[in-house]
Order: sequence, then structure tokens, then C-alpha cells
Amino acid sequence: MERYYQPEIECASRDQILAWQNERLVKQVKHVWDSVPYYRKKMEEKGVEPGDIKGVEDLCKLPFLTKDDLRDAYPYGLLATPLKDCVRIQSTSGTTGRRVVAFYTQHDIDLWEECCARAIVAAGGTNEDVCHVCYGYGLFTGGPGLNGGSHKVGCLTLPMSSGNTDRQLQFMVDLGSTILCCTPSYAAYLAESINERGLRDKIKLKAGIFGAEAWSEEMRRDIEKSLGIKAYDIYGLTEISGPGVSFECSEQTGMHINEDHFIAEIIDPETGEVLPDGSKGELVFTSITKEAFPLLRYRTRDICVLSRKQCSCGRTHVKMSKPMGRSDDMLIIKGVNVFPSQIETVLINMGMPANYQLIVDRVNNSDTLDIEVEMTPEMFSDTVAQVTNREKELVSALKSMLGIYARVHLVAPKSIARSEGKAVRIIDKRKI
Amino acid sequence: MTIQQISIFVENKAGCLEAVMSLLAKNDIDIRALSIADTPDFGILRIIVSDTDKAAKVLADGGYVARSTPVLAVEIADRPGGMAEVLGVLAKADISLEYTYAFITRHTGSAYMICRVEDNDKAAGVLAEAGIKTATREEIDKL
Repeated sequence: MERYYQPEIECASRDQILAWQNERLVKQVKHVWDSVPYYRKKMEEKGVEPGDIKGVEDLCKLPFLTKDDLRDAYPYGLLATPLKDCVRIQSTSGTTGRRVVAFYTQHDIDLWEECCARAIVAAGGTNEDVCHVCYGYGLFTGGPGLNGGSHKVGCLTLPMSSGNTDRQLQFMVDLGSTILCCTPSYAAYLAESINERGLRDKIKLKAGIFGAEAWSEEMRRDIEKSLGIKAYDIYGLTEISGPGVSFECSEQTGMHINEDHFIAEIIDPETGEVLPDGSKGELVFTSITKEAFPLLRYRTRDICVLSRKQCSCGRTHVKMSKPMGRSDDMLIIKGVNVFPSQIETVLINMGMPANYQLIVDRVNNSDTLDIEVEMTPEMFSDTVAQVTNREKELVSALKSMLGIYARVHLVAPKSIARSEGKAVRIIDKRKI
Repeated sequence: MTIQQISIFVENKAGCLEAVMSLLAKNDIDIRALSIADTPDFGILRIIVSDTDKAAKVLADGGYVARSTPVLAVEIADRPGGMAEVLGVLAKADISLEYTYAFITRHTGSAYMICRVEDNDKAAGVLAEAGIKTATREEIDKL
């Protein structure tokens, strides 16, 4: 039987959901107008005032926010409450190396964790469960979000964080983890390790909540089969709160967006025009309950489809498809957002021309990033040691910019294919 | 005392070395000595050629990353132990080699060791004191 964390909200009537949205949106627009000069200016430029927004039908009158706005307004430009009321920041990578910083009041943390709790309960979680969280902890929202949600549900929470597979498996066996939260690629890797070590009969997993990167239906079936679990997708982004903006139910045909907190729209990424439900386009979120970092009409750049078809699970909130792509050039590698422009910044900072190519692949269910960089006279030397030293400096500068390890390959000048004079920057070989 | 060596960045891919060699051949550049240092991704091709200036220009025009470095061409006896003798002198003076490679000649009966050290003058001085000659550009050209 389907279980809910907050049935009165998750299964509320459409009229009720709309009423909440109307009321909260009006209030939120006023809050932002009063406390975020950056956005107020954008509204003024568009000739919109809070009085013009009477409900969800007026949402399209508001200006968009993009990742560029977050960069321009860094760090406090979009903050809507005094810092003394904030209790946490989380952060994600930005387009040119400047990170995106999101602020949370205790109220914001609570609503975020509630969203994660809904996801855990939808995956069958109760206070009898042992919830094994191996998303990264720290600035990344994955670990803290699911950790908080797990507490709310009352699960015994194992804050494992990522890496150290031996320890993951030991705790999984010894403490009888029943719900696994991590990226799908790490789940596949753990599944492989479990089966290799013959631990399959010793684990008690029943469900997994996997997100932060793209994965296919085929990968889902593989993980489900090799771990003997049901695997649920979860979606979110730091700008809007973190994981749990939407989550999957037992039907596994899309993720319910927590519409009491976030209003979703699908727009044409070229024109910005709102598209009807069922159209494929860019997902835009408006946060209607957050206090500290309430983004209005934030363009996610994720391309997907919304569906309001009645769901067999009983939830009434709109469902979004898995993101089918991006309307910008952001890559998600090992769950980490990577922008080609960040690599450009590192190269330029090191006095190198920005001739490079990214090759992304998935080997043994784990993402790999290789960066080909064209050799320059400045970087070249007659001794191998000097060239490899410079290569190492580049690798470590990239690591600190991107947050993940990338193998660097030095290639001959002008050897990176150029089409119409513009370099082909990304080769994504992953079959997702 | 020193001669110019040209080093060239060459990718570790089939045909890359051949392309450099063909370019030099087409421009009538004769190679006196050669060595390659390789890594998994790339190699550094080091050559001593008949016309260094011309070779440098040809390579630059051909889009190669190359550089000239002054190195020592140390004359050694073409017999067992010839190289060990030179290395002994350098070791005793605590001079370490970045890299070295050797070649023999058809005409003089002697061999040469190309030595890359940090301080060419110091190494050449130490060798001269031990009665070991380092070749000049002209001498190498005449080979």
C-alpha cells in the first residue's frame, strides 16, 4: 500500500494546490520586491509591480532568473532575509568558476528536509528503516538533504558520505541498511562490488533513492536486479533547495514536483514563452515558500516534460519526466555540474590558449572526464619532467575548479577538430 | 662549446613521427643524432641536425611546437668504457644529467655523447680538465 509523509498535502485536490500556490506566490513576490533590490530592478525594467501578480496565471509576467544572475549577484545579491536569520549555506559550481551560494533559514531547511522525507516515504521508508546516505556531505546538497529527510522520517540514518567502498559495504552488512541514497552510478558500482564479494545474501536493502545525475531506464533495471531493490529517481537543484524538489513514487513514471513549495513551468528556451503541459521545453521553478533565497522563475536549463495525468500512487502533484538534456552546455559528471567555461577559465589563468576538448565517458558505470589540451611553446620543454610538472599543475588547478578529477592529455597544436572555425568542445560518449 | 638541439612535441599516435621526419626530409635537413623520450600520451623528439635554423623555421611553419636548447656534444672514444669515462668525470663533479644519448660517426672513428645538464659551462670545464673534448657546431657540421 502506498504510504505518504504528508498525505493531506501530497494528495490534496488540484483546487487546494492551486489555492496554496496563488496565496503563497502573491506573498512571495511582495517579499522579494521588498527585500531583493536586484530582482525588484528586474521587475521594474519589465514594468511589473507586486500588485500585478494576483495568482499563478500572472506568473508569466515576472522576469526570469538565470545562473548568470546568480553569478552577478554573488554572494548576497539575491538574499531576501537578514543574515542573522540564516542558518546554513549550500553551494554548487557556477558557470565561470564563481560558485553559486544558496542561503537557508531554519524554515527553509525544514521544508527542504520535508521534501526529502516525502521522497523517502514514497520509496517505502519508515522509522524501522536504516537509511544509508552516501551522497557527498558538505557544500553539496545531496548528503545534507537526504540526511535531514531521513531524520524527519525517523529512519536510523547512516551519514556515510561518498567513497571508501569497503567501509560502505561493511556498514551495509553489519548495520543492515535498508534504503540506499546515492548517485545511480555509485549504486551500480556498489552493486557490482557486493556481487563480486558474494555479499548479496548478507545485505538487507529494499529500496534506493538515486539522483544528481542522468540515468537510463536500463540502468535502473540493472541496479534493481543486481541489488534486489526498487530504485527511485529524485531530482533537485541547489538554487531551488536541493534534492527533493521532485521525487518518484511506486509508479516510476516521472517525479512528483512538490507543488506546495515550487511552481513549475515549461518554457521555450529560445523565446521564453510558456508552453502548455505535455510540451517538451525548459523547466522553470518559482520558489513560493522559501525565505532566505526565494528564486522567482529560475531557469533550470533542464529540458523535460510535465504531466498532470492522474497517478496510480494517489499523489496529485504534477509529474516531470527525467531531464532529457540541457538548454546550455552544462555537463553533469559524477553528479557534479561542469561547465566548459570553467575549464576555459583555468586554461586562461595559466596563460594557455583555450583550445581544449572534453571527453566524457562512463566506464564500469562510473563517469570519466578526459581533457585534451593543445600543447603550446610556453608549456613545452626538452625534458619530460618539466612538461609533466606543468601537466600536473594543470590537473590540480582543474581539480580545484571543477571539484572532480580530470585526466589531462596534451595533444599537438591545432589537432582538436574545429567545425566552422569553432572548436568542438564536448564529446559525450555516455550512453544514458 | 655547446651545440643546438631541437626538441619537438610529438603525439603518441601512429604516423606522427613519420610526419615530422618527412617534413625534415622534404626540406633537405639531415639528422645527425636522435632520441625520443616517451610518456603514455606524447613523446619529446630530440634531434641534432645539419641546419638548426632552417629546421626550426620549417617546424614552426609546419605548426609544430619545438624549441632549441644548447647541449654538449662530448667526444668519446668508440670503444668499451668510452661513455663510462665521461659519466665518471661528471659524477665526480656532482653534475647530474637530465638526459643523454650517443651516436657514432663514419669518418673520425670517434663517438659523441649529447649531454643535457643544468650548467653547460661548468660541465664543459670539468670535462676539459679531464682531457675530454666537447665538439663545436662546426665540428658536428663536418661529420
